[in-house]
Amino acid sequence: MTDAPTPTTKRSSTDEFGVIQHVPDPNDGDAAVLRTEELLLNMGPQHPSTHGVLRVVLDLEGERILKATPHLGYLHRGTEKLAEGKTYQQIVTLTDRLDYVCAMTNNFAYVRAVEKLLGVKVPPRAEYVRTIVAELQRISGHLFWLGTQALDIGAMTVFFYTFREREILIELFEKLCGARLTYSYYTVGGVSDDLTPEIIAALRAFLKAFPDKIVEYNTLLETNRIWLARTKGVAVISAEDAVSYSLTGPTLRGSGVNYDVRKAEPYAAYADVEWEVPLGKNGDTYDRYYIRLEEIRQSARIVSQCLDKLPDGPVSIDVPGITFPAKDRVMVDMESLIHHFKMACEGIRPPKGEIYCATEAPKGELGFYINSDGGNHPYRLKIRSPSFVHLGAFDHMARGYLIADIVTIFGTYDVVMGECDR
Amino acid sequence: MHPPAQSIRERFPDAVTGVKEAFGELTVSVRKDRIVEVCRALRDDPAWAFNFLSDVSSVDYPDAEERFEVNYHLYSIDKCHRVRLKARVSEDDCRIESVTSVWAGANFMEREVYDLMGIEFVNHPDLRRILLTDDFDGFPLRKDYPTEGRGWRNTFEFLPTTEGPVS
Repeated sequence: MTDAPTPTTKRSSTDEFGVIQHVPDPNDGDAAVLRTEELLLNMGPQHPSTHGVLRVVLDLEGERILKATPHLGYLHRGTEKLAEGKTYQQIVTLTDRLDYVCAMTNNFAYVRAVEKLLGVKVPPRAEYVRTIVAELQRISGHLFWLGTQALDIGAMTVFFYTFREREILIELFEKLCGARLTYSYYTVGGVSDDLTPEIIAALRAFLKAFPDKIVEYNTLLETNRIWLARTKGVAVISAEDAVSYSLTGPTLRGSGVNYDVRKAEPYAAYADVEWEVPLGKNGDTYDRYYIRLEEIRQSARIVSQCLDKLPDGPVSIDVPGITFPAKDRVMVDMESLIHHFKMACEGIRPPKGEIYCATEAPKGELGFYINSDGGNHPYRLKIRSPSFVHLGAFDHMARGYLIADIVTIFGTYDVVMGECDR
Repeated sequence: MHPPAQSIRERFPDAVTGVKEAFGELTVSVRKDRIVEVCRALRDDPAWAFNFLSDVSSVDYPDAEERFEVNYHLYSIDKCHRVRLKARVSEDDCRIESVTSVWAGANFMEREVYDLMGIEFVNHPDLRRILLTDDFDGFPLRKDYPTEGRGWRNTFEFLPTTEGPVS
């Protein structure tokens, strides 16, 4: 005779696989019936709002983000290792592929670093042309950000407006150096081509019409309830945290910290023209939007002043061992042909030493650390890219927001994965 | 611009092993076991106020006695000056204290150094590979990492193909 099974008071039991089975008790109310647990959600790498191939794993409680872990490296091409096997001029083309929407400023940051190592000063006209082109690139980069950020959040029209003006700038760059995205326009010692009167006329016409266009973008967004609701108070970071997380560019200045490399360590022609650094107060996405819009205005102001003051003269130094000889001389002059050949084969040989050179790119401080052993290619090249550093603060800035805000938080840094993964 | 070299040497007479000024930049070599202490003092002392960590990078010198070098590029937003701190790490004891407790931004920068150069950061909150995959073998920025040949790719397993001819 077997005992009858004793009635159990436990609310859980194990099944044949040893998995604990919770038996809900209707008398306990909803809390016991509904199962609650944290949800792990993978976002990316193929997602339209990640601006490339960023993958984020989100720990969610309902719609709240508890933790956001970025997984980088989907676009890692080993630029730093590649650079160790290339001559100094060849690396300019690698820098085009970092932040591929603002290639001009990457070129600029790199050639400035090499020039610092060489102790070279470029002619005044080259400084002005460099400033003009870098600021046009900043306008184009910020327009790109504005269009895509608005598109991500749900305002599609802005995208069409900003890309209309961006196209004008890209066509100008195409006239200037022949490329639309990967320019390699800045060379060690100057720039590759001079501004022609035709380009200057087109630029002046652009600058004349541009202020009205900025007003146009603003009317689309300034009082747009959806834009305000989705950017105000989203991705907030305090000034102390922003500095501690090494944020730079509009992301840092949105929190009210006045750090702009162009003002702090003036280079090119920035000290000769009048302009201001716009600062935010709340450190949220709306303030960063405001700052970028204001920076577009300031950039237009800088370009316009530089065009007025544009000095005459060459746009590049002509020093054997640093620059290529002029092409027309190479074709007729034996010495120049030899010089050209040696430059193409051997390249530049900077002195032994190491430098760090920071430049204000549209996204923040773009720094190049070059360690030279006196050879014709860098012993070590380190790129301090703002997008990579900004993503270090992503978890801190995303916690506590709703899952719908994650798109805004991606966009708030103006992250470009080519630069982040290198 | 950079702060006077002598002031840093006087403050840490036993931690600073060398000071160098070149290309308008100041480089201070620090013993690796004192790096966090020096970093914290440089950040907190109002005379230096290095509140901003620009970058952490690393260099490999295969023939040197202490093979690796970790570089910290510091900047002061208030004082507008820069300094580069250096610490040497040997191959046998390839580790250094993390400065994430001083600057939160060091987290990703140190992970990158760990990933590509293989220097371990002690007391780092989340030391994992960052740019390369978790199962990657080797540290590509080391000078002895092969730059030719198929290497790691050769070990990939091919996806199983369907049996028989594909119709």
